[in-house]
Amino acid sequence: MNLIGLGLVGFAAILLLAFSLMKRKSPPKWRVIPALTKLSRAVDLSVEDGTRLFVALGRASLLTPRGGAPLAGLGLLRRIAERASLSDRPPVAVSGESTLALLSQDTLQAGYRAMGAGDLYQPTAGRLSGMTPFSAAAGAMPIIRDENVSAGMLVGDFGVEAALLADVAERENTFLLGASADISSQAALFASAQEPLLGEELFATGAYLDSGASHAASLTVQDILRWLIILALFAGAVLKLIGLI
Amino acid sequence: MRYIAVAIAIVAGLIVLLGYFVPALAGIQDVLLNWAIILAGMAALVGVFNLISVHGDKVRRREKGSIYSAILLISLFASFIFGLALGPNDPNMRLLVNAVIVPVEATLMALLSVTLLYASIRLLRRRTDLMSIVFLLTAVLMLIASATLPFGEISPLNDFIRPWIQQVLALGGARGILIGVALGTLTTGLRVLFGADRPYGGN
Repeated sequence: MNLIGLGLVGFAAILLLAFSLMKRKSPPKWRVIPALTKLSRAVDLSVEDGTRLFVALGRASLLTPRGGAPLAGLGLLRRIAERASLSDRPPVAVSGESTLALLSQDTLQAGYRAMGAGDLYQPTAGRLSGMTPFSAAAGAMPIIRDENVSAGMLVGDFGVEAALLADVAERENTFLLGASADISSQAALFASAQEPLLGEELFATGAYLDSGASHAASLTVQDILRWLIILALFAGAVLKLIGLI
Repeated sequence: MRYIAVAIAIVAGLIVLLGYFVPALAGIQDVLLNWAIILAGMAALVGVFNLISVHGDKVRRREKGSIYSAILLISLFASFIFGLALGPNDPNMRLLVNAVIVPVEATLMALLSVTLLYASIRLLRRRTDLMSIVFLLTAVLMLIASATLPFGEISPLNDFIRPWIQQVLALGGARGILIGVALGTLTTGLRVLFGADRPYGGN
């Protein structure tokens, strides 16, 4: 039995539950991530302008270990659906994987229902843009170009093909937030996206868009675990240095 | 009904998670994962219907770029019919993959290299900060160190600087990023497991 793994997951679960249920006296304060501040503004402007929001969730299957990033993307999509459900042009979500496309439809519908606008939901708002990385990117590019999109979000697991989407957004003068769990894609998006997010910032999108107590708790737990890992690495280095391990 | 769906999702998620740590649950975990794989296969079929629906709508409304949607639909139906008639291992079906899909994807890959080069040039105009300068300098340094130069390789660059950047700076940074992504994945997964985020149905 893998006790260390089970202990880590159990500890994280207890912390997450505790911080989610704890009533804070004041709202949590995190460091400013300019990309997420601009995203919030871009979403509000899009609703006012009656332009479309575009969310791409990537191509990772939820059955693989890379499924965490698209789940974070779905969390963001839910928030976007709620904020833009009454816009003249409903948000569009694209995926490069079929189960993810189904979940994006379900998430959009849930967001519309939560805002009492269930009848405005269109099933074609959640789309499968392609079945391979490049076909998915090629299928998503015309949406940014032709469907009056004012702000786009790439939040999920992409490869370097994400740079093609970023290039279209740049040419159309569309705001684009790029966040991927894949390292090579992060490098490509750093160079090409208007507002890139690096590493775990991808998982902070929900908390920064006020998606609820569990998202805020999730960030706090990540910070605590990160410090514990730093201390463990530091202790390991010291023990190795003095020859105890 | 919604509560039953949530309960089933949470119990299934917990069993699969615990299956990684408790060997006794590995059998049930396998069964659940096999069910998920079958459902994912069905989802692929539903995804294709979604693709037909979206592009069919575009053609019917004669939206901008509908000619490409029409070509996509014709190609999709033609591949489907020929695939059914000839089978996926037929040489003609393989030709379709090798002569159309592979070259098109390779072309997009080639376009990507130009796109990235152009994006790097524009980077300093878009974000003039320290990180952008470090990013570009590192990229140029690594390119020079990797390229075959007419006057031979630059020894200190190739023997010392490139390995140091790759194995110390880049590897360390990548591990840090991966640890952050792993922690984010863990807490996101736990949120779904607790039912706080429910991407699988209902409100």
